[in-house]
Amino acid sequence: MASINQNGVTISLPNFCNLGSILRSLLIVNSIGLVFALARADQLSLLWQEFLYVATFLEPALLASMVTLCGVRQFIDRMNYRLGLVFVVLTVLLISTVVHQLGQSILPGEMTYGLVHVWILSLFAAGVLLLYFDLRTRALSPALTEARLQALQARIRPHFLFNSLNAVLSLIRSEPKRAERALENMAELFRVLMADNRRLTTLDREVELCRHYLEIEELRLGERLKIIWHVDKMPADALIPPLVLQPLLENAVYHGVEPSTSSGEILINIYRNRDQVVIVLRNPYFPQNNHHSGNKMALNNIRERLALHFDAEASFKATSMGEVYQVTMTIPYVSEKSQREKLSP
Amino acid sequence: MTIQVPRVLVVDDEAPARNRLKDLLDDCRPNFPFELVGEAVNGREAVEIINQTHIDIVLLDIRMPVMDGIEAARHLQKLQNPPAIVFTTALDGHALDAFELNAVDYLLKPIRLERLLTALKKALTNRSLSPGALGVITSRARTHLSVTERDRVMLVPVADICYMRAELKYVTLKTLEREFLLEESLVNLEKEFGDRFVRIHRNCLVARKNIIGFEKVTPEGSESHWVVLLKGLPEKLPVSRRQTHIVKEF
Repeated sequence: MASINQNGVTISLPNFCNLGSILRSLLIVNSIGLVFALARADQLSLLWQEFLYVATFLEPALLASMVTLCGVRQFIDRMNYRLGLVFVVLTVLLISTVVHQLGQSILPGEMTYGLVHVWILSLFAAGVLLLYFDLRTRALSPALTEARLQALQARIRPHFLFNSLNAVLSLIRSEPKRAERALENMAELFRVLMADNRRLTTLDREVELCRHYLEIEELRLGERLKIIWHVDKMPADALIPPLVLQPLLENAVYHGVEPSTSSGEILINIYRNRDQVVIVLRNPYFPQNNHHSGNKMALNNIRERLALHFDAEASFKATSMGEVYQVTMTIPYVSEKSQREKLSP
Repeated sequence: MTIQVPRVLVVDDEAPARNRLKDLLDDCRPNFPFELVGEAVNGREAVEIINQTHIDIVLLDIRMPVMDGIEAARHLQKLQNPPAIVFTTALDGHALDAFELNAVDYLLKPIRLERLLTALKKALTNRSLSPGALGVITSRARTHLSVTERDRVMLVPVADICYMRAELKYVTLKTLEREFLLEESLVNLEKEFGDRFVRIHRNCLVARKNIIGFEKVTPEGSESHWVVLLKGLPEKLPVSRRQTHIVKEF
């Protein structure tokens, strides 16, 4: 995660507190345990038994290492990569030694491995994991990630641009003041659209942008567009990739309001749930005219950007229930302040 | 003697877009005298206005609720003397459709005064009048079917149709109120509206939402078969032996 948010970072250690990293580590280390057991088992029928032997040591050592590394993460973040590697490996060795000693005193006889075995296993597991994360960060390395993020930057529909220009043109003669306001809104919107959007923005800035956008749409759609905001409880300082909410609203207008003559209601609900920010967007849905290929593209785009920024800690779900379409998005609550504290110790 | 000026209809669902077009039309007036007959906010309203009064030129937006411009153009083609159609749209992907539908011209929004003037002049001299070039143009199903009666386009909302039955060279459309005769093939109708209608017999498609049940009947002297019971209509439509499986699937 850190490699994406900060500009110009090279390879760094994984965020040991990130759910995605934890899951990946669990999976990989247990696979190694399985292979280790496989090598020791004489017959396939003994495999399970061997795996249990390995597991009695492996699981406590792994969990203790993950918790410790997560706990000292801020400390690790301040080291350079090489020092960090050495620190992580030493930590793992220390913990596995402690777990081994504890295991022998609590369950004498159950721990059939010698200390050297344990060291080799721990070193190997730590090595594979660090190599994996190294390769993974390289794969998502800044250059690549930046290219991908840039390619993924939300694009506005030409339909919207030309219709809005047309609406502004219609106002110039009769209501020049409104035309001015509309052009100002468009300028705000396009400033963000054309900006370098790899850095995170704050939730209240994104909401502000959405209000500008909706004001333009209101011009065209008038009474047909009804917006209900429930944002008084939103954490205004939460960091969010820019242009995540606006394209969703654009979709809601395009698919939920424009196809109907009666007024369409768009509901936006943003709140904080412990350390998560939940964004819910609901709009009418017309199954009759679903030509949703464009819609899918926009949704996948947002989903992928959330994944690049937050890995497994963000979730994105779009469901249609009868005549209602709902998008629910959850991102970890990270404020600008907490980020700054982390970066400048 | 009064000079007959062309009668123009503006169709767009967005008020600002209509206002803009009217401003531009006013600017054209010195070079192109015309009469603005009215405005419509969707394709259906446009067809209804054109049924009631003579229109020479329709400025027709494409993306509109209820009935889009392309579908409206398809219905209007059935008139003996259809108005000249000039499509207006913010999208650049419909040009081909526009020409297949014998549209006179195709204006991209925001529209320029000179382009509008050219299109209007073209519409007067170059009114294409061949109603034969229909065919299935868009992949989207129509929202209405149309039949012509005394050179008026009668629109039948697809949602109102209870069943469609093929009889000789026509298809009868049955709504709760009345029947219409349509000159199209049942096979094509099934292709277009297959998600709303189910085939119960070689010659009959029934709207799924109008089916309230099935009943087994045994006429004297013949084998028993299933019939469909319809919401709001007394008649019972026979299900052919080959389609009996739909009784179970329903």
